[in-house]
Amino acid sequence: MEDMWNTYIWPTLIILGQIGLMIGVVMIAVAYLTYFERKVLGAMQRRQGPMTVGPFGLLQPIADGIKLFSKETIIPSQANAPVFILAPMMLFMLALLAWAVIPVDAQMVIANINVGILFLFAVSSMGVYGVLMAGWASNSRYAFLGGLRSASQMVSYEVSMGLVIVCVLLCVGSLNLTDIVVTPRPVWVQIMLLPMLVVFLVSILAETNRAPFDLPEGESELSGGFMVEYSAMTFALFFLGEYANMILMSAMCTVLFLGGWLPPFGIEVLAFVPGFIWFALKTAGVLFFFLWTRATFPRYRYDQLMRLGWKVFLPLTLLWVFVVSGMLIAFDALPQ
Amino acid sequence: MITSLAFYLFASILVLSALMVITARNPVHSVLFLILGFFNAAGLFVLLGAEFIAMILVIVYVGAVAVLFLFVVMMLDISFSDLRKGAMQYVPMGLVIGAVLLLEFFTLFGAWQFAPEAMGQVSAPIAADSELTNTEALGQLVYTKYFLPFQLAGLILLVAMIGAIVLTHRQRSGVYKQRVAEQFARKREDAMEVRKVSSGSGA
Repeated sequence: MEDMWNTYIWPTLIILGQIGLMIGVVMIAVAYLTYFERKVLGAMQRRQGPMTVGPFGLLQPIADGIKLFSKETIIPSQANAPVFILAPMMLFMLALLAWAVIPVDAQMVIANINVGILFLFAVSSMGVYGVLMAGWASNSRYAFLGGLRSASQMVSYEVSMGLVIVCVLLCVGSLNLTDIVVTPRPVWVQIMLLPMLVVFLVSILAETNRAPFDLPEGESELSGGFMVEYSAMTFALFFLGEYANMILMSAMCTVLFLGGWLPPFGIEVLAFVPGFIWFALKTAGVLFFFLWTRATFPRYRYDQLMRLGWKVFLPLTLLWVFVVSGMLIAFDALPQ
Repeated sequence: MITSLAFYLFASILVLSALMVITARNPVHSVLFLILGFFNAAGLFVLLGAEFIAMILVIVYVGAVAVLFLFVVMMLDISFSDLRKGAMQYVPMGLVIGAVLLLEFFTLFGAWQFAPEAMGQVSAPIAADSELTNTEALGQLVYTKYFLPFQLAGLILLVAMIGAIVLTHRQRSGVYKQRVAEQFARKREDAMEVRKVSSGSGA
C-alpha cells in the first residue's frame, strides 16, 4: 500500500495540482486579456474602455463571464449536434493542452519533454479542427465559408511557421523548450533571427485568426463566420479558446525568440526579479502587439492573405533556413 | 502496470475508431474517427519511446493530411444513402474476391519462413543504453547510414508534388489578378495629369 501511494497516487496528485494551477492562471490571464484588449483599443481610439463595473472596470470580465454562462445554449435543429458541441470543446481543450510543455521558469514546467517544440507545433496545428467542425456542423453557409477560410489559412501559415521554428532549432540544437531558452545565442545569431521573428509574429496572427487576418470570422461579410450559430456556453468556449490560443502563441514566441524567463538583453542586475515575472511581461508585450495590429490595420482580402503566405513568407523562410545553416557552418557555430 | 493499461486503452480506441471509419454513415464522421485513430496510434508510439515519430505523425497526418481529407469530404455534395442503395448487388462478388485474397494470404504466410538471424536485424542499430535522445539517434541514422534511401524518398515526394501541381494547374481567362509589382511601379504621371483650366471654359 505504501508502495502504491509513493509510485502512483502521490505523483498523480502533484501533477493534478500543477495542472490545476496552470489552468487557473491561464484562465485568469484570458479573462484579463479581454479587459486589456478593450482598454488598449480604447486608448488607441481615445476612449476610456470599460469603466462601469468595479474600479476602472476591473470586474468587467467577470460580469461578461457570468452573462455568457447564464444564457441559453441554442443548438440549431438542422445542426449535427454531437459535432456542433464537440467543436468548441476541442478548440478550448487544445488551447489549454499545449501549456503542459511551456516552461515559465527555470524548473517550472509540467512536462519537460524532449520534443517539446514539436508537441507545441502539433497542438497548434490541430486548432483548425475546432473551427472546421464548427463550420460544418452548424449547417449554415456563413459558418461553412468561415470554416473553409480558416482551414486554408491555418494550413498555409503553418508551413512558414514550421520553417521559422527550424531556423531557431538550427541555432539551438535541441527540441526541448527549456534548452531552447537557456542555450546562449551570440549577438549575430540574434540579428540573423530577427527577420524570422517578424515572419513568426505575422504568422501567429494568421494562426489565431486575429485581425488583420480574421477572415474566418469576418463580421462584415460572414456576420461572425464559423461561430455565427453559437450562443452562450458554446460561444464562450470559442471565445476563451481563441484568447487562450493568443496567449499560448505569445508564450511560444517568448520561448523561441525573446529568451523566455531570462532577464531581457542578458542584463544580470535584473535577475533579482523572478523568472516567471519576466516571462509574463514578455508574453504581455507580444500580446500588446496583437492588440496594436488589431487597432491599426484593416482586414486583408482573401487572395492577399494567400499570396502573403505562399508567395512571400514561404520562399523567404525557406531561403532563411539555407542562410542560417550556411552561416552557422561558415562560422563554425553549429551547436554540438 | 500503467504502461500496459495505457497500451490497452490506446489500442482498443484505435481499433474501435478504425472500425467506425468504415461503418459510420456520415463521411465527415468517418474522417473524424480517422483522426481519433491517428491520435491513438501516436499514443502507441509514445509508449514505445518513439516520441519523435509520434509528434510527426500528429503534425503531418492530423495537422495537414486529415485537414485536406475533411476539407474535401465536407464539400462533397453527394447523398451517400443513394450511393449505398445498389451496393447490395455487389456483395456476392465482393465476398468471392475477399475469400480469394484471404486464401492467398494464408498460403503465402503459412509457408513463410524467417531466417533465424532476421529478428536480430530488425531492431534499430542503436544501443539501448545510449545517451542520445530519440530525435538525435534518428537524425544520425537517416543522414549517415540511410542517406541515399532518405534522399530518394524526398525526391519521390518532390516529383509527386510537381505532378500534382502540373495535373491540376490551369490558366483561366477572365480572372482579375492583383499584380503588386505593377501597382507599386505606377507613377503619378501614369494616372493623372495637371491641366490649367481657365475659368468659364471647362477642361
